[in-house]
Amino acid sequence: MSDSSDQESIFATVKRLIVAEAPAALATIIDGGNEASPNGAKLLVQPDAPTMGSLGHDDLDRVVIRDALGELASGTSGVRHYGATGEARQDDLSIFIESFAPPPQMLIFGAVDFTAALSRVAKVLGYRVTVCDARPVFATRQRFPHADDVVVDWPHRLLDNVGKDLSQRDVICVLTHDPKFDVPAVISALQTEAGYIGAMGSRRTTDDRNRRLLEEGVDAADLDRIMAPIGLDLGGRTPEETAISICAEIIAMRAGRLAPSLRDADGDIHR
Amino acid sequence: MREILSDLDRWQRQGKRVALARVVDVEGSGPRLPGAAMAVNEDGEVAGSVSGGCVEGAVVHEALECLENNARKLVTFGYSDDEAFAVGLTCGGTIHLFLEPLDW
Repeated sequence: MSDSSDQESIFATVKRLIVAEAPAALATIIDGGNEASPNGAKLLVQPDAPTMGSLGHDDLDRVVIRDALGELASGTSGVRHYGATGEARQDDLSIFIESFAPPPQMLIFGAVDFTAALSRVAKVLGYRVTVCDARPVFATRQRFPHADDVVVDWPHRLLDNVGKDLSQRDVICVLTHDPKFDVPAVISALQTEAGYIGAMGSRRTTDDRNRRLLEEGVDAADLDRIMAPIGLDLGGRTPEETAISICAEIIAMRAGRLAPSLRDADGDIHR
Repeated sequence: MREILSDLDRWQRQGKRVALARVVDVEGSGPRLPGAAMAVNEDGEVAGSVSGGCVEGAVVHEALECLENNARKLVTFGYSDDEAFAVGLTCGGTIHLFLEPLDW
């Protein structure tokens, strides 16, 4: 059936893509519209699918598609200005580009009590959460009902598969605090573009891990990427409080704010 | 938008007309980023928010007007001084909203 009334509306498509967590950007003319390109005209852009709708002019559509894909890649939304047929440095048309980026990912390595609490807090913040541990007895759905995925595998093997897809928006939390698991996990994590890499453990565990990492050839700049001991220096104790301190550190780091990280203090973590 | 989808679904199933208000730009201190959305149906029911609760009342009024006139518009809310009933943002920022009937 090619009858246009059978075609899904732009809004219905947007809704479907949001629910499917598929990336899309919606451009809407919000000011300066004319007869060919009225206010409210829309263009829906997806990275790997045909566009829907039009802003009223092919050249305008072309530049807006390019800019919309750019906004989508960074997960941002905002107003851009164009000439009537898409010229740069003109401001006849104001166009709002809204990104519907898939949720950022949190990978948690180590199936421990802290993992259950962290996965719950991360879900509140909108992360897609994967828990990964090589021990099938611990890495079970029942123990981590809030996680989107529970994977029984070595963390570095999981990263071999998914690491290349991680971006600045994504985070990796290594909670195993066992050198057998966390050294290869951290080394693999450092090969990703993840915006935050944290590793749990006491100061002694952290020193020991850093030494092993240096022995494995990790350089000082890479070592500096690792937030360890993981979390802000909030003085909390329970898994839930620890989860809050980790998520708060992630927010502060993304925002470029100075909040007191455990890494930058000394002395006992719990006192 | 995600958080208001279930309300929008329900209203559309009920055949209600809906206006959508989206934050498109924020200057200075503002509580919500571009993309924050609030929807108002023809009965004045509300889903979502566009600020910290400062301007939502005025947005309902604008949204109903937008449904009545079947028109789109850009609305700006800025700093409110200490007049008790002035509509604005106490945080000192300015937000620009785009309102339109959800008919697309």
